Amino acid sequence: MIVTPQTHRFTEPLPLQSGAVLPAYELVYETYGTLNADRSNAVLICHALNASHHVAGVHADAQGQIVPRSEGWWDNMIGPGKPLDTNRFFVIGVNNLGSCFGSTGPTHINPATGQPWGADFPVVTVEDWVNAQARLLDVLGIQQLAAVMGGSLGGMQTLSWTLQYPDRMRHAVVVASAPNLTAENIAFNEVARRAIVTDPDFAQGFYLREGLIPKRGLRIARMIGHITYLSDDVMNEKFGRHLKPLAEQVAVAATGAEDDAARSPAEARAYRYSTQDVEFQIESYLRHQGDKFSEYFDANTYLLITRALDYFDPARAHGGNLAQALASAQASFLLISFTTDWRFSPARSREIVRALLQNRRDVSYAEIDAPHGHDAFLLDDPRYMQAVRAYFDHKVSIRA
Amino acid sequence: MSDHTLIDAIARLVPVGSRVLDLGCGDGTLLAHLVKQRQCTGYGVEIDDAKVHACLQRGVNVLQLNLEDGLSMFDDKSFDVVLQIDTLQHLRNAQTMLLETARVGRLGVIAFPNFAHWPNRLSVLQGRMPVTKRLPYQWYDTPNIRVGTFADFEVLAQRNGLTIQDSFGLAEGRVVRSMVNLMASTAVFSVSL
Repeated sequence: MIVTPQTHRFTEPLPLQSGAVLPAYELVYETYGTLNADRSNAVLICHALNASHHVAGVHADAQGQIVPRSEGWWDNMIGPGKPLDTNRFFVIGVNNLGSCFGSTGPTHINPATGQPWGADFPVVTVEDWVNAQARLLDVLGIQQLAAVMGGSLGGMQTLSWTLQYPDRMRHAVVVASAPNLTAENIAFNEVARRAIVTDPDFAQGFYLREGLIPKRGLRIARMIGHITYLSDDVMNEKFGRHLKPLAEQVAVAATGAEDDAARSPAEARAYRYSTQDVEFQIESYLRHQGDKFSEYFDANTYLLITRALDYFDPARAHGGNLAQALASAQASFLLISFTTDWRFSPARSREIVRALLQNRRDVSYAEIDAPHGHDAFLLDDPRYMQAVRAYFDHKVSIRA
Repeated sequence: MSDHTLIDAIARLVPVGSRVLDLGCGDGTLLAHLVKQRQCTGYGVEIDDAKVHACLQRGVNVLQLNLEDGLSMFDDKSFDVVLQIDTLQHLRNAQTMLLETARVGRLGVIAFPNFAHWPNRLSVLQGRMPVTKRLPYQWYDTPNIRVGTFADFEVLAQRNGLTIQDSFGLAEGRVVRSMVNLMASTAVFSVSL
Protein backbone atom coordinates (compact mmCIF):
# COMPACT_ATOMS: atom_id res chain seq x y z
CA MET A 1 0.00 0.00 0.00
CA ILE A 2 1.87 3.07 -1.27
CA VAL A 3 0.66 6.29 0.33
CA THR A 4 1.39 9.96 -0.25
CA PRO A 5 1.06 12.56 2.50
CA GLN A 6 -1.20 15.51 1.78
CA THR A 7 -1.19 18.99 3.25
CA HIS A 8 -4.07 21.32 3.96
CA ARG A 9 -3.52 24.96 4.80
CA PHE A 10 -6.03 26.47 7.24
CA THR A 11 -6.42 30.24 7.11
CA GLU A 12 -9.05 30.56 9.82
CA PRO A 13 -7.21 31.25 13.10
CA LEU A 14 -7.24 28.47 15.70
CA PRO A 15 -7.91 29.65 19.26
CA LEU A 16 -5.83 27.61 21.70
CA GLN A 17 -6.64 26.51 25.24
CA SER A 18 -3.87 28.75 26.60
CA GLY A 19 -5.62 31.82 25.18
CA ALA A 20 -3.09 32.18 22.38
CA VAL A 21 -4.25 32.03 18.77
CA LEU A 22 -2.53 30.27 15.89
CA PRO A 23 -3.27 32.64 12.98
CA ALA A 24 -2.82 30.12 10.17
CA TYR A 25 -1.45 26.60 10.05
CA GLU A 26 -0.96 23.49 7.98
CA LEU A 27 -1.90 19.93 8.81
CA VAL A 28 -0.21 17.02 7.06
CA TYR A 29 -2.26 13.86 6.77
CA GLU A 30 -2.56 10.53 5.00
CA THR A 31 -5.61 8.46 4.19
CA TYR A 32 -5.99 4.72 3.57
CA GLY A 33 -8.94 2.93 2.00
CA THR A 34 -11.97 4.58 0.42
CA LEU A 35 -14.55 6.87 1.94
CA ASN A 36 -17.93 5.26 1.29
CA ALA A 37 -20.89 7.01 -0.37
CA ASP A 38 -22.55 8.21 2.81
CA ARG A 39 -19.22 9.01 4.48
CA SER A 40 -19.85 6.75 7.44
CA ASN A 41 -16.75 4.55 7.43
CA ALA A 42 -14.02 7.00 8.46
CA VAL A 43 -11.67 6.18 11.33
CA LEU A 44 -9.28 8.78 12.71
CA ILE A 45 -5.94 7.65 14.15
CA CYS A 46 -4.32 9.89 16.78
CA HIS A 47 -0.56 9.60 17.20
CA ALA A 48 1.62 9.51 20.29
CA LEU A 49 4.79 11.32 21.25
CA ASN A 50 7.26 10.63 18.46
CA ALA A 51 4.94 9.41 15.72
CA SER A 52 3.27 11.15 12.81
CA HIS A 53 0.52 11.10 10.18
CA HIS A 54 2.34 8.19 8.52
CA VAL A 55 0.33 5.49 10.23
CA ALA A 56 0.25 2.72 7.63
CA GLY A 57 1.52 1.76 4.20
CA VAL A 58 4.85 2.70 2.63
CA HIS A 59 6.21 5.73 0.83
CA ALA A 60 7.54 5.70 -2.71
CA ASP A 61 10.33 7.82 -4.17
CA ALA A 62 9.99 10.05 -7.25
CA GLN A 63 10.55 7.03 -9.50
CA GLY A 64 7.70 5.14 -7.82
CA GLN A 65 10.07 2.78 -6.01
CA ILE A 66 9.10 1.81 -2.47
CA VAL A 67 11.32 3.50 0.08
CA PRO A 68 12.90 0.73 2.21
CA ARG A 69 11.73 0.57 5.82
CA SER A 70 9.15 3.30 5.28
CA GLU A 71 6.24 1.37 6.86
CA GLY A 72 3.88 3.48 8.94
CA TRP A 73 4.13 3.26 12.72
CA TRP A 74 0.92 1.23 13.05
CA ASP A 75 1.30 -0.70 9.78
CA ASN A 76 0.85 -4.00 11.66
CA MET A 77 -2.59 -2.80 12.81
CA ILE A 78 -3.96 -0.91 9.83
CA GLY A 79 -4.17 -1.88 6.17
CA PRO A 80 -6.00 -4.23 3.79
CA GLY A 81 -7.06 -7.33 5.74
CA LYS A 82 -5.44 -6.09 8.95
CA PRO A 83 -7.25 -5.70 12.31
CA LEU A 84 -8.43 -2.24 11.25
CA ASP A 85 -9.22 -3.28 7.71
CA THR A 86 -8.85 -0.54 5.09
CA ASN A 87 -10.92 -2.63 2.68
CA ARG A 88 -13.87 -1.66 4.88
CA PHE A 89 -12.80 1.54 6.63
CA PHE A 90 -11.42 4.85 5.42
CA VAL A 91 -8.57 5.59 7.81
CA ILE A 92 -7.06 9.01 8.41
CA GLY A 93 -3.68 9.68 9.99
CA VAL A 94 -2.97 13.31 10.88
CA ASN A 95 0.17 14.96 12.19
CA ASN A 96 -0.46 17.16 15.21
CA LEU A 97 0.34 20.84 15.57
CA GLY A 98 3.71 21.44 17.17
CA SER A 99 5.18 18.32 15.59
CA CYS A 100 8.36 18.19 13.54
CA PHE A 101 6.98 15.87 10.87
CA GLY A 102 5.18 18.31 8.60
CA SER A 103 2.26 20.02 10.33
CA THR A 104 2.94 23.54 11.57
CA GLY A 105 5.40 23.42 14.44
CA PRO A 106 8.37 25.14 16.06
CA THR A 107 10.73 24.41 13.14
CA HIS A 108 8.42 26.31 10.77
CA ILE A 109 8.65 30.02 10.04
CA ASN A 110 6.72 32.33 12.35
CA PRO A 111 5.06 34.75 9.93
CA ALA A 112 5.38 37.54 12.53
CA THR A 113 9.20 37.36 12.62
CA GLY A 114 10.25 35.56 9.46
CA GLN A 115 12.33 33.28 11.73
CA PRO A 116 11.61 29.72 12.90
CA TRP A 117 9.04 29.73 15.70
CA GLY A 118 11.41 27.99 18.11
CA ALA A 119 10.42 28.56 21.74
CA ASP A 120 7.78 31.10 20.62
CA PHE A 121 5.55 28.36 19.26
CA PRO A 122 2.44 28.45 21.45
CA VAL A 123 1.79 25.67 23.93
CA VAL A 124 -0.69 23.23 22.40
CA THR A 125 -2.87 20.82 24.34
CA VAL A 126 -4.64 17.57 23.59
CA GLU A 127 -7.85 19.60 23.28
CA ASP A 128 -6.22 21.95 20.75
CA TRP A 129 -5.07 19.00 18.67
CA VAL A 130 -8.56 17.54 18.68
CA ASN A 131 -10.04 20.87 17.56
CA ALA A 132 -7.55 21.02 14.69
CA GLN A 133 -8.31 17.41 13.74
CA ALA A 134 -12.03 18.22 13.68
CA ARG A 135 -11.35 21.03 11.22
CA LEU A 136 -9.54 18.59 8.98
CA LEU A 137 -12.65 16.39 9.03
CA ASP A 138 -14.68 19.42 7.92
CA VAL A 139 -12.32 19.79 4.97
CA LEU A 140 -12.67 16.08 4.14
CA GLY A 141 -16.46 16.38 4.36
CA ILE A 142 -16.79 13.89 7.22
CA GLN A 143 -19.49 14.81 9.71
CA GLN A 144 -19.28 11.68 11.88
CA LEU A 145 -16.44 9.23 12.36
CA ALA A 146 -17.09 5.52 12.72
CA ALA A 147 -14.28 5.54 15.29
CA VAL A 148 -11.34 7.41 16.75
CA MET A 149 -8.40 5.27 17.82
CA GLY A 150 -5.07 5.93 19.50
CA GLY A 151 -2.48 4.54 21.89
CA SER A 152 -0.77 6.30 24.80
CA LEU A 153 -0.98 10.04 24.12
CA GLY A 154 -3.09 9.08 21.09
CA GLY A 155 -5.49 7.39 23.49
CA MET A 156 -5.78 10.65 25.42
CA GLN A 157 -6.76 12.42 22.20
CA THR A 158 -9.30 9.69 21.53
CA LEU A 159 -10.78 10.13 25.00
CA SER A 160 -10.85 13.90 24.51
CA TRP A 161 -12.64 13.43 21.18
CA THR A 162 -15.50 11.69 22.98
CA LEU A 163 -15.90 14.76 25.21
CA GLN A 164 -15.25 17.56 22.72
CA TYR A 165 -17.20 16.13 19.77
CA PRO A 166 -19.49 13.45 21.21
CA ASP A 167 -21.86 13.53 18.23
CA ARG A 168 -19.11 13.35 15.64
CA MET A 169 -18.03 9.78 16.47
CA ARG A 170 -19.58 6.42 17.26
CA HIS A 171 -16.68 4.44 18.75
CA ALA A 172 -13.52 5.16 20.73
CA VAL A 173 -10.61 2.69 20.83
CA VAL A 174 -8.24 3.74 23.62
CA VAL A 175 -5.04 1.68 23.94
CA ALA A 176 -2.44 1.82 26.74
CA SER A 177 -3.62 5.21 27.89
CA ALA A 178 -4.66 7.08 31.03
CA PRO A 179 -7.13 9.75 32.16
CA ASN A 180 -4.13 11.90 33.17
CA LEU A 181 -0.46 11.49 34.06
CA THR A 182 0.61 10.52 37.56
CA ALA A 183 3.28 12.53 39.42
CA GLU A 184 5.88 9.89 38.53
CA ASN A 185 4.96 10.18 34.87
CA ILE A 186 5.21 13.97 34.90
CA ALA A 187 8.53 13.55 36.69
CA PHE A 188 9.96 11.46 33.84
CA ASN A 189 8.81 14.11 31.38
CA GLU A 190 10.42 16.83 33.45
CA VAL A 191 13.79 15.05 33.56
CA ALA A 192 13.65 14.74 29.77
CA ARG A 193 12.78 18.41 29.38
CA ARG A 194 15.54 19.53 31.74
CA ALA A 195 18.03 17.46 29.74
CA ILE A 196 17.03 19.40 26.63
CA VAL A 197 16.67 22.85 28.13
CA THR A 198 20.01 22.71 29.96
CA ASP A 199 21.90 21.62 26.85
CA PRO A 200 24.10 24.63 25.99
CA ASP A 201 23.07 24.20 22.35
CA PHE A 202 19.41 24.74 23.25
CA ALA A 203 19.92 28.53 23.08
CA GLN A 204 16.70 29.28 24.97
CA GLY A 205 14.82 27.36 22.31
CA PHE A 206 16.10 29.43 19.36
CA TYR A 207 18.84 26.99 18.39
CA LEU A 208 17.80 26.94 14.72
CA ARG A 209 18.56 30.65 14.37
CA GLU A 210 22.01 29.94 15.81
CA GLY A 211 22.55 26.96 13.57
CA LEU A 212 22.63 24.65 16.59
CA ILE A 213 20.79 21.48 17.64
CA PRO A 214 20.66 20.42 21.31
CA LYS A 215 21.50 16.82 20.49
CA ARG A 216 22.87 15.95 23.91
CA GLY A 217 19.63 16.88 25.57
CA LEU A 218 17.55 15.04 22.99
CA ARG A 219 19.67 11.92 23.40
CA ILE A 220 19.17 11.83 27.15
CA ALA A 221 15.46 12.60 26.81
CA ARG A 222 15.12 9.63 24.47
CA MET A 223 17.15 7.34 26.72
CA ILE A 224 14.84 8.10 29.65
CA GLY A 225 11.80 7.56 27.48
CA HIS A 226 13.08 4.21 26.25
CA ILE A 227 13.67 2.95 29.77
CA THR A 228 10.10 3.72 30.73
CA TYR A 229 8.56 2.17 27.60
CA LEU A 230 10.05 -1.24 28.36
CA SER A 231 9.43 -3.62 31.24
CA ASP A 232 12.13 -4.77 33.63
CA ASP A 233 11.63 -8.35 32.40
CA VAL A 234 11.99 -7.52 28.74
CA MET A 235 15.05 -5.39 29.36
CA ASN A 236 16.66 -8.22 31.34
CA GLU A 237 15.76 -10.75 28.72
CA LYS A 238 17.07 -8.58 25.91
CA PHE A 239 20.20 -7.18 27.54
CA GLY A 240 20.62 -8.69 30.98
CA ARG A 241 24.08 -7.85 32.28
CA HIS A 242 25.68 -8.66 28.95
CA LEU A 243 28.77 -6.66 28.19
CA LYS A 244 29.36 -4.90 24.94
CA PRO A 245 31.72 -7.15 23.00
CA LEU A 246 35.11 -5.77 22.06
CA ALA A 247 36.68 -7.32 19.00
CA GLU A 248 40.15 -7.89 20.44
CA GLN A 249 38.93 -9.00 23.88
CA VAL A 250 36.46 -11.44 22.34
CA ALA A 251 39.37 -12.93 20.43
CA VAL A 252 41.38 -13.26 23.64
CA ALA A 253 38.45 -14.83 25.42
CA ALA A 254 37.92 -17.30 22.59
CA THR A 255 41.51 -18.51 22.58
CA GLY A 256 42.37 -18.24 26.23
CA ALA A 257 39.08 -19.35 27.79
CA GLU A 258 39.63 -22.48 29.83
CA ASP A 259 37.05 -22.19 32.60
CA ASP A 260 34.49 -19.96 30.91
CA ALA A 261 33.23 -22.42 28.34
CA ALA A 262 29.61 -22.09 29.45
CA ARG A 263 29.59 -18.32 29.12
CA SER A 264 29.36 -16.39 25.89
CA PRO A 265 32.55 -14.63 24.76
CA ALA A 266 30.93 -11.28 25.49
CA GLU A 267 30.24 -12.23 29.09
CA ALA A 268 33.59 -13.82 29.52
CA ARG A 269 35.56 -10.72 28.71
CA ALA A 270 36.89 -8.71 31.61
CA TYR A 271 35.40 -5.44 32.77
CA ARG A 272 37.11 -2.38 31.39
CA TYR A 273 36.91 -0.60 34.73
CA SER A 274 35.97 2.60 32.96
CA THR A 275 33.37 5.06 34.22
CA GLN A 276 32.69 6.63 30.86
CA ASP A 277 33.04 3.98 28.16
CA VAL A 278 30.13 1.78 27.21
CA GLU A 279 30.46 -1.36 29.31
CA PHE A 280 27.02 -3.01 29.25
CA GLN A 281 24.90 -3.73 26.19
CA ILE A 282 21.97 -1.81 27.61
CA GLU A 283 24.16 1.31 27.61
CA SER A 284 25.07 0.75 24.01
CA TYR A 285 21.41 0.27 23.09
CA LEU A 286 20.26 3.42 24.86
CA ARG A 287 23.06 5.51 23.37
CA HIS A 288 22.20 4.20 19.92
CA GLN A 289 18.51 5.02 20.37
CA GLY A 290 19.41 8.46 21.70
CA ASP A 291 21.75 9.17 18.78
CA LYS A 292 19.15 8.11 16.21
CA PHE A 293 16.44 10.20 17.84
CA SER A 294 18.58 13.34 18.08
CA GLU A 295 19.12 13.20 14.31
CA TYR A 296 15.44 13.57 13.42
CA PHE A 297 13.44 14.92 16.33
CA ASP A 298 13.03 18.58 17.22
CA ALA A 299 13.79 19.64 20.78
CA ASN A 300 10.97 22.19 21.06
CA THR A 301 8.54 19.60 19.74
CA TYR A 302 9.66 17.24 22.51
CA LEU A 303 9.00 19.95 25.10
CA LEU A 304 5.59 20.77 23.62
CA ILE A 305 4.38 17.19 23.34
CA THR A 306 5.48 16.14 26.80
CA ARG A 307 3.73 19.23 28.16
CA ALA A 308 0.55 18.27 26.31
CA LEU A 309 0.78 14.93 28.10
CA ASP A 310 1.24 16.63 31.48
CA TYR A 311 -1.66 19.03 31.01
CA PHE A 312 -4.23 16.48 29.87
CA ASP A 313 -6.71 15.96 32.70
CA PRO A 314 -10.38 16.05 31.69
CA ALA A 315 -11.49 15.48 35.30
CA ARG A 316 -9.78 18.69 36.45
CA ALA A 317 -12.72 20.89 35.46
CA HIS A 318 -14.98 18.55 37.45
CA GLY A 319 -13.18 18.62 40.78
CA GLY A 320 -11.21 15.51 39.85
CA ASN A 321 -14.38 13.50 39.23
CA LEU A 322 -13.68 11.48 36.09
CA ALA A 323 -17.19 10.02 35.91
CA GLN A 324 -18.61 13.53 35.81
CA ALA A 325 -16.04 14.52 33.18
CA LEU A 326 -17.03 11.61 30.96
CA ALA A 327 -20.77 12.26 31.30
CA SER A 328 -20.89 13.99 27.93
CA ALA A 329 -19.34 11.05 26.05
CA GLN A 330 -21.76 9.23 23.76
CA ALA A 331 -19.40 6.79 22.05
CA SER A 332 -19.04 3.08 22.61
CA PHE A 333 -15.58 2.26 23.94
CA LEU A 334 -12.94 -0.41 23.60
CA LEU A 335 -10.10 0.00 26.08
CA ILE A 336 -6.95 -2.10 26.01
CA SER A 337 -4.06 -2.15 28.46
CA PHE A 338 -0.96 -4.30 28.92
CA THR A 339 -0.11 -5.92 32.25
CA THR A 340 3.59 -4.96 32.22
CA ASP A 341 3.03 -1.37 31.12
CA TRP A 342 4.08 0.65 34.14
CA ARG A 343 4.04 4.02 32.38
CA PHE A 344 0.33 3.71 31.44
CA SER A 345 -0.64 0.89 33.76
CA PRO A 346 -3.82 -1.23 33.56
CA ALA A 347 -5.03 0.48 36.75
CA ARG A 348 -5.22 3.77 34.82
CA SER A 349 -7.26 2.19 32.02
CA ARG A 350 -9.53 0.63 34.64
CA GLU A 351 -10.19 4.12 36.04
CA ILE A 352 -11.56 5.10 32.65
CA VAL A 353 -13.61 1.90 32.44
CA ARG A 354 -15.08 2.56 35.88
CA ALA A 355 -16.03 6.13 34.98
CA LEU A 356 -17.69 4.85 31.81
CA LEU A 357 -19.62 2.22 33.77
CA GLN A 358 -20.85 4.94 36.07
CA ASN A 359 -22.17 6.70 32.98
CA ARG A 360 -23.70 3.50 31.64
CA ARG A 361 -21.74 3.71 28.43
CA ASP A 362 -21.05 0.73 26.19
CA VAL A 363 -17.53 -0.38 27.06
CA SER A 364 -15.35 -3.40 26.55
CA TYR A 365 -11.95 -3.77 28.18
CA ALA A 366 -9.13 -6.16 27.35
CA GLU A 367 -6.14 -6.47 29.67
CA ILE A 368 -3.43 -8.16 27.65
CA ASP A 369 -0.85 -10.15 29.60
CA ALA A 370 2.07 -9.07 27.42
CA PRO A 371 5.68 -8.81 28.62
CA HIS A 372 6.73 -5.77 26.58
CA GLY A 373 5.71 -2.84 28.78
CA HIS A 374 4.28 0.29 27.19
CA ASP A 375 5.86 -0.62 23.84
CA ALA A 376 3.37 -3.50 23.59
CA PHE A 377 0.81 -1.20 22.01
CA LEU A 378 2.97 -0.99 18.89
CA LEU A 379 3.82 -4.70 18.78
CA ASP A 380 2.13 -7.79 17.37
CA ASP A 381 0.62 -9.65 20.32
CA PRO A 382 -2.07 -11.86 18.71
CA ARG A 383 -4.55 -11.37 21.59
CA TYR A 384 -4.27 -7.60 21.18
CA MET A 385 -4.61 -7.75 17.40
CA GLN A 386 -7.59 -10.13 17.67
CA ALA A 387 -9.36 -7.90 20.16
CA VAL A 388 -9.09 -4.88 17.87
CA ARG A 389 -10.12 -6.93 14.85
CA ALA A 390 -13.14 -8.43 16.62
CA TYR A 391 -14.26 -5.00 17.81
CA PHE A 392 -14.05 -3.39 14.37
CA ASP A 393 -15.56 -6.45 12.64
CA HIS A 394 -18.49 -7.02 14.98
CA LYS A 395 -19.19 -3.78 16.81
CA VAL A 396 -18.28 -0.87 14.54
CA SER A 397 -21.04 -0.54 11.99
CA ILE A 398 -20.97 1.44 8.78
CA ARG A 399 -24.18 2.53 7.23
CA ALA A 400 -23.48 1.95 3.57
CA MET B 1 -28.38 -30.85 30.59
CA SER B 2 -28.19 -28.69 27.49
CA ASP B 3 -26.94 -25.12 27.58
CA HIS B 4 -30.26 -24.13 26.07
CA THR B 5 -32.20 -25.27 29.13
CA LEU B 6 -29.90 -23.36 31.43
CA ILE B 7 -30.04 -20.23 29.29
CA ASP B 8 -33.83 -20.32 29.00
CA ALA B 9 -34.28 -21.00 32.72
CA ILE B 10 -31.92 -18.16 33.65
CA ALA B 11 -33.39 -15.75 31.12
CA ARG B 12 -36.85 -16.21 32.64
CA LEU B 13 -35.46 -14.97 35.96
CA VAL B 14 -34.18 -11.75 34.37
CA PRO B 15 -36.85 -9.06 33.96
CA VAL B 16 -37.16 -7.63 30.45
CA GLY B 17 -35.05 -4.50 29.98
CA SER B 18 -32.76 -5.22 32.96
CA ARG B 19 -29.30 -3.79 33.31
CA VAL B 20 -27.22 -6.92 33.90
CA LEU B 21 -23.73 -7.84 35.02
CA ASP B 22 -22.70 -11.36 34.04
CA LEU B 23 -19.80 -12.50 36.26
CA GLY B 24 -17.77 -15.16 34.48
CA CYS B 25 -19.69 -14.62 31.26
CA GLY B 26 -17.73 -17.18 29.23
CA ASP B 27 -18.15 -16.71 25.49
CA GLY B 28 -21.03 -14.26 26.02
CA THR B 29 -23.82 -16.58 24.84
CA LEU B 30 -26.13 -15.81 27.75
CA LEU B 31 -25.46 -12.08 27.68
CA ALA B 32 -26.07 -11.94 23.93
CA HIS B 33 -29.33 -13.87 24.48
CA LEU B 34 -30.47 -11.44 27.20
CA VAL B 35 -29.61 -8.44 25.03
CA LYS B 36 -31.42 -9.83 22.02
CA GLN B 37 -34.39 -11.68 23.52
CA ARG B 38 -35.04 -9.66 26.68
CA GLN B 39 -33.83 -6.19 25.65
CA CYS B 40 -31.24 -6.13 28.44
CA THR B 41 -28.15 -3.95 28.57
CA GLY B 42 -24.98 -4.63 30.50
CA TYR B 43 -21.56 -6.19 30.68
CA GLY B 44 -19.87 -9.52 31.01
CA VAL B 45 -16.80 -10.05 33.18
CA GLU B 46 -14.32 -12.68 32.04
CA ILE B 47 -10.64 -13.38 32.69
CA ASP B 48 -9.86 -15.85 29.91
CA ASP B 49 -8.32 -14.34 26.74
CA ALA B 50 -10.10 -16.68 24.32
CA LYS B 51 -13.49 -16.09 25.95
CA VAL B 52 -12.98 -12.32 25.98
CA HIS B 53 -12.27 -12.58 22.28
CA ALA B 54 -15.43 -14.66 21.74
CA CYS B 55 -17.47 -11.98 23.54
CA LEU B 56 -16.00 -9.25 21.33
CA GLN B 57 -16.91 -11.34 18.31
CA ARG B 58 -20.49 -11.49 19.56
CA GLY B 59 -20.47 -7.74 19.96
CA VAL B 60 -21.35 -7.86 23.68
CA ASN B 61 -19.65 -5.63 26.23
CA VAL B 62 -16.96 -7.59 28.04
CA LEU B 63 -14.55 -6.50 30.77
CA GLN B 64 -11.39 -8.53 31.25
CA LEU B 65 -11.07 -8.58 35.03
CA ASN B 66 -10.11 -11.09 37.70
CA LEU B 67 -13.12 -11.76 39.93
CA GLU B 68 -10.74 -12.78 42.72
CA ASP B 69 -9.83 -9.07 42.90
CA GLY B 70 -13.43 -8.30 43.91
CA LEU B 71 -16.04 -6.05 42.35
CA SER B 72 -14.63 -2.66 43.38
CA MET B 73 -15.07 -1.56 39.76
CA PHE B 74 -18.84 -1.54 40.26
CA ASP B 75 -20.95 0.81 42.38
CA ASP B 76 -23.58 -0.24 44.91
CA LYS B 77 -26.89 -1.28 43.33
CA SER B 78 -25.66 -0.30 39.88
CA PHE B 79 -27.23 -3.35 38.22
CA ASP B 80 -30.76 -4.76 38.20
CA VAL B 81 -29.44 -8.30 37.95
CA VAL B 82 -26.03 -9.80 38.67
CA LEU B 83 -25.50 -13.25 37.18
CA GLN B 84 -23.10 -15.87 38.48
CA ILE B 85 -23.68 -18.78 36.19
CA ASP B 86 -21.25 -21.64 36.83
CA THR B 87 -18.87 -19.10 38.34
CA LEU B 88 -19.23 -19.47 42.10
CA GLN B 89 -17.59 -22.88 42.19
CA HIS B 90 -14.38 -21.51 40.60
CA LEU B 91 -13.84 -18.73 43.14
CA ARG B 92 -11.64 -18.96 46.19
CA ASN B 93 -13.65 -16.19 47.88
CA ALA B 94 -17.09 -17.56 47.03
CA GLN B 95 -18.83 -16.09 50.07
CA THR B 96 -17.30 -12.64 49.55
CA MET B 97 -18.37 -12.73 45.93
CA LEU B 98 -21.91 -13.63 46.94
CA LEU B 99 -22.03 -10.58 49.21
CA GLU B 100 -20.46 -8.42 46.53
CA THR B 101 -23.10 -9.67 44.10
CA ALA B 102 -25.77 -8.54 46.55
CA ARG B 103 -24.06 -5.17 46.98
CA VAL B 104 -23.73 -4.45 43.26
CA GLY B 105 -27.13 -5.74 42.11
CA ARG B 106 -30.74 -5.69 43.20
CA LEU B 107 -31.20 -9.31 42.22
CA GLY B 108 -28.60 -12.06 42.06
CA VAL B 109 -29.02 -15.13 39.90
CA ILE B 110 -26.65 -17.92 40.82
CA ALA B 111 -26.31 -21.33 39.20
CA PHE B 112 -23.78 -24.04 40.02
CA PRO B 113 -23.44 -27.83 39.86
CA ASN B 114 -25.34 -29.53 42.66
CA PHE B 115 -22.92 -31.92 44.30
CA ALA B 116 -25.81 -33.70 46.06
CA HIS B 117 -27.36 -34.89 42.78
CA TRP B 118 -28.00 -38.61 43.30
CA PRO B 119 -25.40 -39.96 40.81
CA ASN B 120 -22.78 -37.95 42.68
CA ARG B 121 -23.93 -39.38 46.01
CA LEU B 122 -23.82 -42.87 44.54
CA SER B 123 -20.31 -42.36 43.32
CA VAL B 124 -19.09 -41.09 46.70
CA LEU B 125 -20.86 -44.01 48.43
CA GLN B 126 -18.81 -46.30 46.15
CA GLY B 127 -15.75 -44.51 47.42
CA ARG B 128 -14.96 -42.44 44.32
CA MET B 129 -15.41 -38.78 43.51
CA PRO B 130 -18.05 -38.34 40.81
CA VAL B 131 -17.16 -37.84 37.19
CA THR B 132 -20.31 -36.99 35.23
CA LYS B 133 -21.47 -34.97 32.27
CA ARG B 134 -22.08 -32.07 34.66
CA LEU B 135 -18.88 -32.63 36.68
CA PRO B 136 -16.58 -33.98 33.98
CA TYR B 137 -13.30 -33.49 35.84
CA GLN B 138 -11.14 -35.81 37.91
CA TRP B 139 -10.74 -34.76 41.53
CA TYR B 140 -7.12 -33.77 40.90
CA ASP B 141 -7.71 -31.50 37.91
CA THR B 142 -11.10 -29.95 38.59
CA PRO B 143 -11.44 -26.18 38.36
CA ASN B 144 -14.39 -26.51 40.77
CA ILE B 145 -12.71 -25.55 44.03
CA ARG B 146 -15.98 -24.80 45.89
CA VAL B 147 -18.22 -27.83 45.60
CA GLY B 148 -21.55 -27.29 47.33
CA THR B 149 -25.10 -28.54 47.22
CA PHE B 150 -28.50 -27.00 46.63
CA ALA B 151 -29.19 -27.36 50.37
CA ASP B 152 -25.82 -25.84 51.30
CA PHE B 153 -26.57 -22.72 49.31
CA GLU B 154 -29.89 -22.21 51.08
CA VAL B 155 -27.97 -22.14 54.37
CA LEU B 156 -25.27 -19.80 53.00
CA ALA B 157 -27.87 -17.38 51.62
CA GLN B 158 -29.75 -17.31 54.91
CA ARG B 159 -26.58 -16.85 56.94
CA ASN B 160 -25.66 -13.83 54.80
CA GLY B 161 -29.07 -12.20 55.07
CA LEU B 162 -30.05 -12.88 51.47
CA THR B 163 -33.68 -13.54 50.60
CA ILE B 164 -34.23 -16.40 48.19
CA GLN B 165 -36.78 -15.15 45.64
CA ASP B 166 -36.88 -18.38 43.70
CA SER B 167 -34.92 -21.59 43.61
CA PHE B 168 -35.09 -24.72 41.53
CA GLY B 169 -32.92 -27.29 39.89
CA LEU B 170 -32.15 -28.45 36.39
CA ALA B 171 -31.61 -32.00 35.25
CA GLU B 172 -31.60 -33.61 31.82
CA GLY B 173 -32.88 -30.44 30.21
CA ARG B 174 -35.83 -30.07 32.61
CA VAL B 175 -36.64 -27.79 35.49
CA VAL B 176 -36.80 -29.71 38.79
CA ARG B 177 -38.91 -28.34 41.62
CA SER B 178 -39.34 -31.33 43.93
CA MET B 179 -36.59 -33.13 45.86
CA VAL B 180 -34.24 -30.70 44.14
CA ASN B 181 -31.21 -31.50 46.27
CA LEU B 182 -31.41 -35.14 45.17
CA MET B 183 -32.77 -34.83 41.66
CA ALA B 184 -31.02 -31.75 40.14
CA SER B 185 -27.57 -31.66 38.57
CA THR B 186 -27.65 -27.86 38.58
CA ALA B 187 -28.88 -25.61 41.38
CA VAL B 188 -30.39 -22.24 40.44
CA PHE B 189 -31.12 -19.44 42.92
CA SER B 190 -32.52 -15.99 42.54
CA VAL B 191 -31.65 -13.93 45.64
CA SER B 192 -32.00 -10.37 46.88
CA LEU B 193 -30.89 -8.51 50.00
